[in-house]
Amino acid sequence: MGKIVLHRLVQAMMVAWSVGTLTFVLLRSLPGDMAYRIAAGRYGYDNVDSAAADAVRAELGLERPVLEQYLGWLGDLLQFNLGTTLVSGAPVSQELQHQLGHSLLLASMALLLSAFIALPLGILCALKSQGKLDLASLIASSLLRAQPVFVIGLILILAFALHLGWFPVAGFGTALHLILPSVALALSLAAVSNRVVRNSTYEVLHSAYFEFSRIKGLTARQTFLRHGLRNMAVPVVACMGIQLVGLIEGIVMIESLFSWPGIGHGLAHAIFSRDVPMIQGTALTLGLIFVFINTLIDLVCHWLDPRDNRE
Amino acid sequence: MTRPVKHLTPTQWAGALILGALVAFALLEWMLFDRNPARQQLDAVFALPSLHEPLGTDQFGRSMLARMGAAIRLSFSLSLLSVLTSALLGVLLGVWAAWQGGWVDRVLSFLLNTLLALPGLVLVLLLAALVPGSFAILYLAISLALWVEYFRVVRALTRTVVIGPQMQASRLLGFGRGYLFRRHIWPAIAPSVLALGAFGAGNAILALASLGFVYVGLRPPTAELGLMMVELFPYYTDAPWAIVQPLIAVFLLVLGFNLLAGKKHDITD
Repeated sequence: MGKIVLHRLVQAMMVAWSVGTLTFVLLRSLPGDMAYRIAAGRYGYDNVDSAAADAVRAELGLERPVLEQYLGWLGDLLQFNLGTTLVSGAPVSQELQHQLGHSLLLASMALLLSAFIALPLGILCALKSQGKLDLASLIASSLLRAQPVFVIGLILILAFALHLGWFPVAGFGTALHLILPSVALALSLAAVSNRVVRNSTYEVLHSAYFEFSRIKGLTARQTFLRHGLRNMAVPVVACMGIQLVGLIEGIVMIESLFSWPGIGHGLAHAIFSRDVPMIQGTALTLGLIFVFINTLIDLVCHWLDPRDNRE
Repeated sequence: MTRPVKHLTPTQWAGALILGALVAFALLEWMLFDRNPARQQLDAVFALPSLHEPLGTDQFGRSMLARMGAAIRLSFSLSLLSVLTSALLGVLLGVWAAWQGGWVDRVLSFLLNTLLALPGLVLVLLLAALVPGSFAILYLAISLALWVEYFRVVRALTRTVVIGPQMQASRLLGFGRGYLFRRHIWPAIAPSVLALGAFGAGNAILALASLGFVYVGLRPPTAELGLMMVELFPYYTDAPWAIVQPLIAVFLLVLGFNLLAGKKHDITD
């Protein structure tokens, strides 16, 4: 248990270091003299001369050796001093707080929806394996999995927003705006998870211990609750960890498609406008959330199955 | 050496058939027509498919046939290149880590955990931000995101082979490392490496299209499937048949590779 947390803590440090390093290289590789660029940002492009640039250079210590600046950059990062965005001038942390709320809303809605689709469907398919429903879900899942998540979103927009006009095409604000993006994300998640639920349920239902508990006289309900549920849950929760990658990638794509003002959209936008502090902030947040949820999943798996046969 | 081609299941054959058709389309377009995918004809914007332009033209009157051919060739070459690179790297390092054990294993596993800490697409996005619009950096980034999976699987499989009695016996008989690899390790890992390769190729195609779609991948006027989708989307009402083409192409490419990968890729643990 302590080992799991320590391992993930090291991982979180490595996320911060690698994101910090990559963005530092990015900052150094932007074209033009950095002092001039910052001076232009402060005083406006018309008021920049070499004196102003020199003043900025001296103030920010831009003539220091690269290594020293690099360490300073990482030091700022350690103190969660993420700077201000180059586009609006607002502090990055403030922008992140704003975006994070929207992203969490979308992600939790999508997770909830995908659970509502995947759990009943997977269990029903396992009860009648090789049946019509099982086959249909297998085919539908394979077809959905062959699409990038934004294509699912695009098809939903074309069908429900442009042709039927039931939902707005993009944007946010009302509950109606939330439906298409979260359904798109949920479908792409459920395409994988309903098969995992089905397989793990199938295995438990056909296992020796499950059969034995029926033979020794427990009712179907007791057997399911005492022997089925916990054993079925382990692979499903572990799979959620793998799906987490898909969820975070999906958030980047779906938010860009639907102009949802979340953190994934923020990242894509920051890269497009080469807003380095914003790139650092958004990538760091996504990476840390990823590590954090993975830690939770590890702990839940450990709690469900304390035999610790996992690596 | 195992011959995996003989053991293809019907689904895998279907995948191979889809991919074969796409390759044939991309190559035939190149050899028979060889039109310039960037040549604009502003008097023939959104021409309907005809004998002269079998797939019609786009918003600048560029031949969709030429653009689709170029885009599919681009997707194929990127995915094959990054799969080959990541497979080579992942298999070599995975076998090395499992065989050597000790600090080699620890250092490589640490490196792996660092890479795994960032979701693949975020890593690719960050690297793509470093050098915008460059094919080389996309290739590097996608390979970097893909090799992790090879390393994990190959290391786990090799470890069980190395401590198994068969390989111990061969080692006691004094066979060299090359022979041990060919006779014992490769047959054990080959099916997984090939399945992961097909699956990884599908993922590489998805990644390239996704980057194009959020506009941080390759730059216009490159014919790239994701980029074509964003470019054609505003004209959906004028020319629905145009945007459908890149959508179908990505779908078929990924479906083909996923079917080819077979069932083994489901959850590799």
